[in-house]
Amino acid sequence: MKGLMYASIALVVYFVASVVLSVFKRGIPLLSWEMVSSLPGGGFYMGGGGGFLNAIVGSLYIVGGATILGLVISIPVVFYLNVYLKAGSRFGSIARLAYDVLFGIPSIVYGAFGFTIMIYFGLRASLLGGMIVVTLLIIPIFIRSMDEVAKTIPTELLEAGYSLGSTRWETIGIIVRQIAPAIATATLLSIGRAIGDAAGVMFTAGFSDRIPTSLTQQTATLPLSVYFQLQSPSLEVQNRAYAAAVVLTFIVLTLSIGGRIIMNRFSRNKIQ
Amino acid sequence: MFDFLHRNITSSKEKPFVVNNKFPRPENMRLTTHALSIYIGGNPILKHVNVDIPRNKITCIIGPSGCGKTTLLRTFNRLVDTIEGVNIEGVVMLGDRNIVTAGASELTEIRRAIGLVPQRPCPLPMSIYDNIAYGCRIHGISGRRKLDAIVEYYLRAVGLWDEVKDRLHTPANKLSGGQQQRLCLARSLAIEPSYLLADESTSALDPISSRTVEELFVQLKKDYSIVMVTHTLRQARRIADHIIFMYLGEVIEEGDADQVFNHPKHELTQRYLDGAFS
Repeated sequence: MKGLMYASIALVVYFVASVVLSVFKRGIPLLSWEMVSSLPGGGFYMGGGGGFLNAIVGSLYIVGGATILGLVISIPVVFYLNVYLKAGSRFGSIARLAYDVLFGIPSIVYGAFGFTIMIYFGLRASLLGGMIVVTLLIIPIFIRSMDEVAKTIPTELLEAGYSLGSTRWETIGIIVRQIAPAIATATLLSIGRAIGDAAGVMFTAGFSDRIPTSLTQQTATLPLSVYFQLQSPSLEVQNRAYAAAVVLTFIVLTLSIGGRIIMNRFSRNKIQ
Repeated sequence: MFDFLHRNITSSKEKPFVVNNKFPRPENMRLTTHALSIYIGGNPILKHVNVDIPRNKITCIIGPSGCGKTTLLRTFNRLVDTIEGVNIEGVVMLGDRNIVTAGASELTEIRRAIGLVPQRPCPLPMSIYDNIAYGCRIHGISGRRKLDAIVEYYLRAVGLWDEVKDRLHTPANKLSGGQQQRLCLARSLAIEPSYLLADESTSALDPISSRTVEELFVQLKKDYSIVMVTHTLRQARRIADHIIFMYLGEVIEEGDADQVFNHPKHELTQRYLDGAFS
């Protein structure tokens, strides 16, 4: 039995290592300062000079905006589900079922949905459109991972708040502090999902060789940049796709490690 | 061991002035119930309860498990509201206010007048300082110096000041169980209630901490009226001035502690005190 467990662990580590290694092996040699610090030049996708700074910045814009929007929407949802609704409420279980369903919807469906809405309103693909679709995509992750922790908040904690004369609304200060580690975890998970998502932003954020200067402009994203470069017949350009993937991996890794450090600080006040 | 207790409440430090008094609390304000019945999901939990909580005394609610002690206690500050399917009949009066029908804003004022010390020590997920300051802040008290004074005064009142004065801004969850419970007590006192509810507040503590908290209650009855639910008859004998004995949702006997313990009027009370059931 123990041997099986070791084997499973080895298998997982092998997969992670082989993905990272194959990406790095092809990507690292091409990764240069020019790649990450300049915009695509003429004929970049056919082997011309330049870099993919547009995609890096575009991805960060979209993920940053979506994360903030997602937090602003999902913290009140979790708060309502756990403080305002009594345990075993019907509305609560319906709402939870609803976001469980949302959780399972593939991102291309969100993309298509966002695209339909945009067409209906006569909008074009833009940074804002991408942000909104990615927000929709990560809200279920936010709500789900925060709700799991919020459900375990000791009732004494809420009662302590009430008995000091807090209104239900004023207990939000207690709740947010108590689930702070979960908020940090949820943010990390969401960033990981959001930054790697290509299908959701394909129709809604579009693609552009420039860095967007307003919310209504189209923007590039790293996953799409990888996708377009991989489609090129030239091996050189295909390898550049791997370089972009290395940058993507690096960003996710940095955010994860940074997030863990911050998380440890957040959890020091938590009541067991 | 308890020497800190004797220099606490009456210590030379002046009581820091606090709360904006939207809700006047005259000294003779009483907490009473009239024909109070509570149903949860249609089942009667309390049946026609009439009690009168005396001022500046320790009132112990005793009785076997499931007799409605905790429900009665939690009716006083309307924490029963959090239970799904609860239905309250009758009247609970605090002074001239009916707690049962109090609206949301009146309720927060009533809860400020009736503090609660929970069963399990449960500090808020913040620093020691903020635990005490939290209640004051939500009642509109601000200002660093004012809050500093309040925090110090009430930490001294529960004999915690010397133990934590160097780490006021560290998380409260690092304190020991007994310290946490005293912190909870200080937190309740900081919003200046008239009544203190204690729901088996010593049951989760070790014997020494439990004795410390108990002694504190005895000290505090000078300024507060304390209502305590307890499972240990010995504790009730030690500190109670007034006893409410409950059985299956009814108040069987209520009276002076001496009288109830030594000359119970009711046979059921006698059998309970003799340990015939628990």
